[in-house]
Amino acid sequence: MNFHAIRSIYMFEINRTLRTLFQSIASPVLSTSLYFIVFGSAIGGRMATIDGVSYGAFIVPGLILLTILTESVSNASFGIYLPRFTGTIYELLSAPVSVVEVLCGYVGAAATKSIVLGLIILATARLFVSFDIAHPIWMIGFLALTAVTFCLFGFILGVWADGFEKLQIVPLMIISPLTFLGGTFYSIDMLPPPWRTVALFNPIVYLVNGFRWAFYDIADVAVGVSLAMTLVFLVVCVCVIAWIFKTGYRLRT
Amino acid sequence: MESIVAVSNLEKTYASGFRALKSINLEIRKGEIFALLGPNGAGKTTLIGVICGLVRPTAGTVVADGHDISKDYRAARATIGLVPQETATDMFEKVWDTVSFSRGLFGFPPDPAHIERVLRDLSLWDKRDSKIAALSGGMKRRVLIAKALAHEPRILFLDEPTAGVDVELRRDMWAMVRRLREQGVTIILTTHYIEEAEEMADRIGVINKGEIILVEEKQALMRRLGKTKVTIGLKQPIASPPAAARGAQLALSPDGLTLTFTQSGEGADEDGGVAELLKQLAADGVDFKSINTERSSLEDIFVDLVGNVP
Repeated sequence: MNFHAIRSIYMFEINRTLRTLFQSIASPVLSTSLYFIVFGSAIGGRMATIDGVSYGAFIVPGLILLTILTESVSNASFGIYLPRFTGTIYELLSAPVSVVEVLCGYVGAAATKSIVLGLIILATARLFVSFDIAHPIWMIGFLALTAVTFCLFGFILGVWADGFEKLQIVPLMIISPLTFLGGTFYSIDMLPPPWRTVALFNPIVYLVNGFRWAFYDIADVAVGVSLAMTLVFLVVCVCVIAWIFKTGYRLRT
Repeated sequence: MESIVAVSNLEKTYASGFRALKSINLEIRKGEIFALLGPNGAGKTTLIGVICGLVRPTAGTVVADGHDISKDYRAARATIGLVPQETATDMFEKVWDTVSFSRGLFGFPPDPAHIERVLRDLSLWDKRDSKIAALSGGMKRRVLIAKALAHEPRILFLDEPTAGVDVELRRDMWAMVRRLREQGVTIILTTHYIEEAEEMADRIGVINKGEIILVEEKQALMRRLGKTKVTIGLKQPIASPPAAARGAQLALSPDGLTLTFTQSGEGADEDGGVAELLKQLAADGVDFKSINTERSSLEDIFVDLVGNVP
């Protein structure tokens, strides 16, 4: 195990984030604040409570996840795509590192950023609405698990993409719609029966559900199922990445 | 002499079906400067890519400093430094940071004293806090070399190190390569500038169409394949060339005014063939007005070699 390499890659990525601090932190915080103002305060005030939770508080976990998912995918994909694009990847490929060091470095840094971002948004949300967290340890656990999983997914995207367009299109056209339709702003119980079944095929539903349970102890589907689905997705991502490194797909000719 | 890189039966066929390397066998000796010459697309960069881990070989083995590059890739790669052909750099990083990053990536603990030495050697010390984007092309190339030297490699690959570099920087790099050799680093360079190989290399390998067609000591190569051509301009035309000097090829121009004397092979211009000829001319009473001697360069040898391969 090459710990110096992990530290180098990790710090390189963290420094890249710090260089673009405003874009990295300020813009997601700003957009989340706008959601709270519009949905939480303006519209939410006219809405009934859901399972005994005020609407403003109800959307907090979903909104945090919305940011975590899109930011995790963008950051992790960009982190590995950028060296591929500029050609500096030659150094990583010629270095005495395996998939383990590469993942710990790139995915670890991207996930760290996502988790910090999630906590900042949580603190921001607290300024707009009041809420209590029922299971704080589980909340952090789900946050970390989701961040790591989607950073792994982002890493795959960054290896697969052969242009900036593909890099942006996946978070924009796939992750965002799935998150919006995954119960970020509503409980899937509010959907008519056929749509409720359709929604269960959306993996984001399980993430939002588990995360919301950690906050308010309410859930549309069993929390165990949420946890299992997230872990399955994580394992699938790890297997795909292991395959990428084994075959050299899009990395080594 | 002890070998430090051993390439055996190395094959590379790309997904397109293009056979870039055809059963390459090559031994690089410890501590030498080895120049790999070849026209564009000959397989130089592919060969270096395989040894450094960028390209997956189709068949064959490579052992670097006693470590198999695929089975024992960590140990093998830790001893190798690579300066790639293209100047791919992290534009927004600072020089010091990017060089330190390289050291860590290769598994070495931080050593600011070593990084300082490398940067000073490459005249980058004043630029250590500059962003790479702000550096000139030549300076960026120095940064790539500094990154490759950050982990104190025993084997250094320089892929076209001086392509598009001005004369001064080229001289600097040559000096640096010699210094590294003195420190015991083995250097393998590919180049288009044959003058570079001529100036620097201990041994020369020529690769063409994926095959190594020749590996030889530079001196021996130049002796064996070098030619000496002496052109003598005569004051008065003569009807036929004088009795030829030993083994020499002598040609007379149609107007009878120019004698061309070509001697090839080992010891050309050392065994006094030219002197014999001049004495002969003097004895025959032939007066001459000019004499011009050309010794073939490695470039001529190279063009002959590559041109002769079907």
